[in-house]
Parts: sequence; structure tokens; C-alpha cells
Amino acid sequence: MRPVSAPRSKAGTARKTNRRDTGYTGVPPWVFALAAAGTLFVLLPLAAMVAKVNWGQFIPLITSESSLTALGLSLRTSAASTVLCIVLGVPLALVLARASFPGQRLLRAFVLLPLVLPPVVGGIALLYTFGRQGMLGRSIELAGIQIAFSTTAVILAQTFVALPFLVVSLEGALRTAGTKYEAVAATLGARPTTVLRRVSIPLVLPGLASGAVLSFARCLGEFGATLTFAGSLQGVTRTLPLEIYLQRETDADAAVALSLVLVAVAVAVVGLSYRRPRALAAEAGTG
Amino acid sequence: MTFTLNAALHVRNFDVSLTLGPAETVAVLGPNGAGKSTLLGIIAGLLRPDSGHAVLGQKTLFNLDGGNSHFLPPHTRGTALLAQEPLLFPHMSVLENVAFGPRAAGANRASALQTSRHWLAEVEAAEFADRRPGQLSGGQAQRVAIARALATDPELLLLDEPMAALDIHAAPMLRRLLKRVLANRRAIIITHDVLDALMLADRAVVLESGRITEEGPTRAVLEKPRSKFAAGLAGMNLLPGTITGRGLTSDGGLDITAHPEDGAVPGQDGVAVFSPTAVSVFLSAEHGSPRNSFAVTITDLEPHGDQIRVHAGGLSADITPAASADLGLTPGMTVYFVIKATAIAVYPA
Repeated sequence: MRPVSAPRSKAGTARKTNRRDTGYTGVPPWVFALAAAGTLFVLLPLAAMVAKVNWGQFIPLITSESSLTALGLSLRTSAASTVLCIVLGVPLALVLARASFPGQRLLRAFVLLPLVLPPVVGGIALLYTFGRQGMLGRSIELAGIQIAFSTTAVILAQTFVALPFLVVSLEGALRTAGTKYEAVAATLGARPTTVLRRVSIPLVLPGLASGAVLSFARCLGEFGATLTFAGSLQGVTRTLPLEIYLQRETDADAAVALSLVLVAVAVAVVGLSYRRPRALAAEAGTG
Repeated sequence: MTFTLNAALHVRNFDVSLTLGPAETVAVLGPNGAGKSTLLGIIAGLLRPDSGHAVLGQKTLFNLDGGNSHFLPPHTRGTALLAQEPLLFPHMSVLENVAFGPRAAGANRASALQTSRHWLAEVEAAEFADRRPGQLSGGQAQRVAIARALATDPELLLLDEPMAALDIHAAPMLRRLLKRVLANRRAIIITHDVLDALMLADRAVVLESGRITEEGPTRAVLEKPRSKFAAGLAGMNLLPGTITGRGLTSDGGLDITAHPEDGAVPGQDGVAVFSPTAVSVFLSAEHGSPRNSFAVTITDLEPHGDQIRVHAGGLSADITPAASADLGLTPGMTVYFVIKATAIAVYPA
């Protein structure tokens, strides 16, 4: 983390060259075999799917009205959920990484719960919170707002399952960055909000960016919680995964074509998350 | 307009009282873990002491005595902290780094940048203004860090071993720079280096195990050390004990023959101080009055300048390599350290 006297890039090149020169990796050959099996396990189903694509009908299938509506809804709600994840997740990560209070470990465990919870269960939980008969839903409905089975519900469901991704990656980045720069900024006269805005957040920007990208990807793929809590109304709550599931019953070609679109978007997103942090890190001079 | 501090932090076994004049620079010396960084952390507001109070000019930094719980946060204290590492913000240019303090204090962008340029010029780093911290050498980065601290116009500048992480070529220039910028400025500098203390500070404080064990003008502390640590810094041997009519009885039971300083009263706590170069090493006991001869077991031999330094029984002796070879000295050997009475200074501790 500390700035080094030698320029970063030089150190980086030296390390890379070194690894290539020695050629010794210390990885037993059978590990490579298992790794190849793992790669196949991931790639083979994708290839099988691509093989099933009806290329002649591909463009009409993915540009049908219902497909475009679902894709648009997915992108919009995922973007909104990602923003919500940032708004709620950045403070959570800061509190988990910087503060110390009783019950902190418990709080972390609960924040991470949606990672391991079946999304359907999350959906049911949300329904009993924001649904018409839910804990908060009743009072919200008195104010004339109905959340369940609306686009808002989609956003909430996606945020619920995606929030831990942002919190985990940002908390890690904050812990790695440490508090030294923040302490220096404070002794230079910066109030806590200024320190957060000008020092803490810029230093963990790579972590925040990759966390946001992962959250976005998770939102895009969300199915169970959305279906349970938001239902499947075309143009309102039927996101791309729901559309695919629905099409699979009636038109397998359409389902495969849309799946490929989702894969393409996911690959683009993941590619972005692996390139951006490194570029940002290099610029920030942090590891 | 003085600075007074009185603070205790029990988990770190720390209890220190310290006062600084308006433009005084104090060097804090002490072994590792003595509480030097704790001292700066408490002053800067990064650590909260259990009790005590501190006043900087008109401002009460904290008052935790008698049921009070007044504690100013770091950003309102006016105590800029410069650490071993420059800790320049890696995502800002050098110019923006130095402008950070003025900006935080509410200056507009233009005047903050102007202040930044002024201080960069002051530390001879104006040409680095547009660089990123990652493109600077250690010494350059530390100069920028000094400019950044000074740009906040601190009422008290805290320096935590600012030269410790620099290579030997960068340190002398930084030391000259600090001498210039610390003139007429109130500062506390933690250092391991006698030269820093002599060159930069008006006064030296020795901190050991969380307590101040010695304090006074830097020269006086080094010329007449009263603590083992200060003696070590000054390159002297020191034996604490009780002053007697004909010298001193050390705490280890050695009878030392020397002339106690005028005013020293037998029975008083005192120290015997002598230079390693005043110690001769013999293989058998020598008894020629008025000499002191102590049987000691050699623990280590090491090169020291063009001499060999013999460590034995908590004392050291400097002898020539030829003498060392003639005597066949090796660790574990028992030898006699012999010191003329006139070469030993005995004074109250």
C-alpha cells in the first residue's frame, strides 16, 4: 500500500519477467489435469447451449417485443439495484471495516446471509416484510404505495441478494487500505466526511468498482427472489431470467437465444470487473 | 502560548508530562516500545488517553481529569503529524497532496494551490508538482510530506522518525531542510539519531517504558547522561548506583573508585559514566591504584570504526584489532576491564 520509491510499473515488470524466466511454478502436474476438468465443467454446458442456438432465427428471437422488454427491464432494475447496493453497502462496509462495536461479527454474518440463502427464501422473507400483509407493507400501503409485485419489488429483491457482493469486496479493500492515510488526512485538518470523500473512497475505488460490477451481475441473474416477491408481469417484473424460464416451456429456441444474450452481458460485465480494478489500481498506485 | 501535556494510558503503561515553549523543538529519544509513538498519537488525537489534559496555546486538546471528558478530534487540533513513511495520498498529484490541508481548512482551490506551490518551493520540490507520489523517490516523497504538513500551518508539528525510512544519501539533505523549517516553529521530533537531536532540537527528552527518564538541553543530556539509554546514544558506559565517599557502588555491587562531582552527597543515587575508549582489557587482574578492575565475561565482539568493540557485563570497551588478536578474545572468555579513576565521571542521577 505504501508508495514505493521505484515506479510501480517497473517493479511489476520485474516481477513478471522473473516468473517467466525461472519457469518454475511449483504446481504438481495432476493439479493442471483437475483444473482442465474444472474448466471443461464450466465451458462445456455453455458450448452445448451455443450449439443449440437456432442462428437463422437468432436476431428475430432476441428482438421480439417480449424479449426486448425483458432485457430493458433487467438492465434498468439491475442498474437501480446496483445504485441501491452502493448507497446501503458502502456505509455497511465502512462500519464493518473501521468501527468496532459489540455484535459486529454477528452483523457481518447477517449481512452475508443472502449469499448462502436460497433466493426463494429471500423472496418469501421480503414478501412478509414489504408484502401487502407484511411487517412494513401494511403501513406502506396506508401511504398508498404497493411494493409487492411491482418493479420496485424487483429492485428490492435484486438488492437483497446482491448487497453482500458489494459489502464483501469493499470491506476487504478497506481493510487492505488500512487507516494510515485516513489518520494523516485527519491530522491535516480534514473532517471525517472530507476524509471519506477525498481519501477513503478514492483509495478503495478499485474494490468499490469490482464490488459494484459483481453486484450488477448478480442482479442480472436474479430469479428466485424476484419470482417469489415480484411475480412475473410482462414489462413490470418479468426480467430476462424470468422471460427465459417462461419461454423454455413454449419456445425452446427463444429461451436458448435469450440465454446467450444473458451470457454475453455477464461475460462483458465480468470482463469489465477484471480489467477496471487493475487499471484503476495502477493509476492510484495501490495494490 | 505554551503547550502542556499530561497524559496516562494504562494499557500501554504510558504516563508522561511535557511542556513546550512557543518556538521550541523537543527531541524524544528512547528505545523501541518506550511509548514514543503513543506520545504523538495522544497529542494528535489518534489515541485517547485514560486521564490527563493537554493545552495548546488557547486550545484545550483534551481534559479527561476529574470527571471531564473533553476530547478534541484530530482535525480540529492543529497538530500535523509526519510519519516515517511519507503517506502521500497515492491518487492525488504532489501539488494536490500539499493543497489538501489548506483545502480541508476551507481555502478555495486557487489559494490552496498557491499555498501548495509556496511550500513545495520551500522544500525544494517545486519541480515534482505534477507528478504522482508513486513517481518520487523516498527522500523526495518525504520532502513533499513535510511541505504538506507545513502547509496546514500547524501550531505543533509532530515528527515520528521522519528520516528512519530513508537511505543514507537522502537523510542529510532532509535533515538540513528540517533544520531550516523547524527554526522558530514548535515541534516534537521522535528520533533514534543523536545527530537529529543535536541539530534539530533545543531540548531532549528520554522516554523509557512509558516514562520520561531524562530531560534537558540536548547537549547536556548527551554530555552528562543519567539514563542507560542516553548514555548509549552518547556512546558512553553508564553504571547506576549509590554515591560513596570514594566513588560509587553500582547496583550490580561493583565498587568504583572515582572523584564524585562537587555537590554529590554520599548515599545519594548516582551514576558512573565513562567512555569505551577509556577501558583497557587484560587477561589477568591488574591492581595499580587508582584503577578500577572488573572481571567480566565477553558477550560479543564487533567492529566499531577502526576499533573492535568488546561487549562484556553490560559494558563496552574499544580496543585496537591488533590488541584483540594478541589477547585472543572470543565471546565467553572472562577478562578484566580496567579503567583509570580519573576517566570516570560520577554525578547524582
